[in-house]
Amino acid sequence: MTAGPLDVAAIRGDFPVLVRTVRNGRPLVYLDSGATSHKPRQVLDAEREFYERHNSAAHRGTHLLGEEATDAYEGARAKVAAFIGAGTDEVVFTKNTTEAINLVAYAMSNARCGRFAVGPGDEILITEMEHHANLVPWQQLCERTGATLRWLAVAPDGRLDLDDLEPMITGRTRIVAVTHQSNVTGTIPPVTEIARAAHARGALVLADAAQSVPHQPVDVTELGVDFLAFSGHKMLGPYGIGVLFGRGELLEAMPPFLTGGSMIEVVRMEGSTFLPPPQRFEPGVPAVAQAAGLAAAVDYLTGLGMASVAAHEESLTAHALDALGEINGVRILGPATTKDRGGAVSVEVEDVHPHDVGQVLDELGIAVRTGHHCAWPLHRALGVQASTRASFYVYNTHAEVDALAEGIRYAQRFFGTA
Amino acid sequence: MMPLESLYGEVIKDHAASQHHGGLREPFDAEAHHVNPVCGDQVTLRVALKDAGDELIVADVSYEALGCQISKAATSVMTDLVIGKNVGDAMALHDEFLALMHSRGQAQPDEGLLEDAVAFAGVSKYPARIKCALLGWMAWKDATARALEEGYPQ
Repeated sequence: MTAGPLDVAAIRGDFPVLVRTVRNGRPLVYLDSGATSHKPRQVLDAEREFYERHNSAAHRGTHLLGEEATDAYEGARAKVAAFIGAGTDEVVFTKNTTEAINLVAYAMSNARCGRFAVGPGDEILITEMEHHANLVPWQQLCERTGATLRWLAVAPDGRLDLDDLEPMITGRTRIVAVTHQSNVTGTIPPVTEIARAAHARGALVLADAAQSVPHQPVDVTELGVDFLAFSGHKMLGPYGIGVLFGRGELLEAMPPFLTGGSMIEVVRMEGSTFLPPPQRFEPGVPAVAQAAGLAAAVDYLTGLGMASVAAHEESLTAHALDALGEINGVRILGPATTKDRGGAVSVEVEDVHPHDVGQVLDELGIAVRTGHHCAWPLHRALGVQASTRASFYVYNTHAEVDALAEGIRYAQRFFGTA
Repeated sequence: MMPLESLYGEVIKDHAASQHHGGLREPFDAEAHHVNPVCGDQVTLRVALKDAGDELIVADVSYEALGCQISKAATSVMTDLVIGKNVGDAMALHDEFLALMHSRGQAQPDEGLLEDAVAFAGVSKYPARIKCALLGWMAWKDATARALEEGYPQ
């Protein structure tokens, strides 16, 4: 892996979409990678190559193309596993992060999960800063099982209030589900510390890594988590493929979530038995082209070096915190420094609604996210209804951060608040 | 004209800055609460109807709203349009405004009918903002339907 700075100009050349113009003929300034990243030519080529040369259903058929499809799919699994320091059989392909978390939440509400099953009186611990994808499935699990949902509060600076951590993890806590990087404030909670505390009380730990795996080196063993969920499309890969990492013995104990073909061992009219993980959790014809694309994305990121990716984003984030922080009437949500903070920078622009900020930025060719970013309770905790979010990735430049700051000033002038 | 000015015209800026008929008032026949799930914008809106013999009149529309310029202005303009009209005519205005919003910038709005609401024609070019312009109208339609369901006039 390289450790030096990214060659952003060369990287930008790999992303076809970045050369197009948007409204008013302006160049695209894409600051919405937290929602979805763009895809480099290498990823698009890998998908096309699969369709053009190898297209076939993996894990079935006795023909050459079927073998090649199986190799592509399982090769992608091995590549993803190596990328996060997991065993190959500990990587389950899902549709996305949301499905991966739902898979775990479903399994834990099924009595067949044995000692991991959740019942009345048990507790699930999450945090107030979760994306709805790591919140609603746990609410639903509690509603199905009679368990109680508890959560760690967010402090005004956008960090978790960890004084509550020890008392909140009780002997009844079955799982602690926490984001590894907030999609709104960029906050990186101390997942390792949380995992240690959870394990000390016998609770499992799931990290929502949708915003961390694309942006920093992640090793599941170092992190100490039992489950890790992330999406391909936020890490330069295709839509429709995500990953659930689960520790081998846990996946082994879990009943299937979605059922059907491909995941069975023997089917009789009276009942069926299922394959071992990871196939147990992958019913239907697998998304092989997407897996091939994801493998290419992993190669691309590995080529850049995740430490270099993280360093580039930290530099952009520091610049954004400075440039936005000095604008009168702009409040940055979350940590004011880059310490334990990733590249999502959300702001409240006084007296200008985020939709209106976003509209003005759009006219300038700047794409940001506006609204509550699927983290409504977090916005409530921070005392705002909604916010405007810029999120950075490997192809973003310092000039784009300056354009954002200038765009927000322009919005303030346009609406007469500055 | 810059596209931004065509979207945020003076009518919209004025209504957003100073909403007409704002606040929640008594008496009312039905209330509706609508949310835009994308941004959390919300409006609580009350409708009071009045039986004027051979027709039913929109006597009052009052509301509290959290929202962007487009959403605040659209609700304000709507109250100017529907208050004092008979319910059938007001519903026809709703339909006309809805059609304008879904016109992708292609419709020629009828200014005689929609009055200040023609200022929102530019919104129809921005699909992401249509929901903003319709939030108040949807709440009004819902509240009115509830008032009618509840058997108004008694």
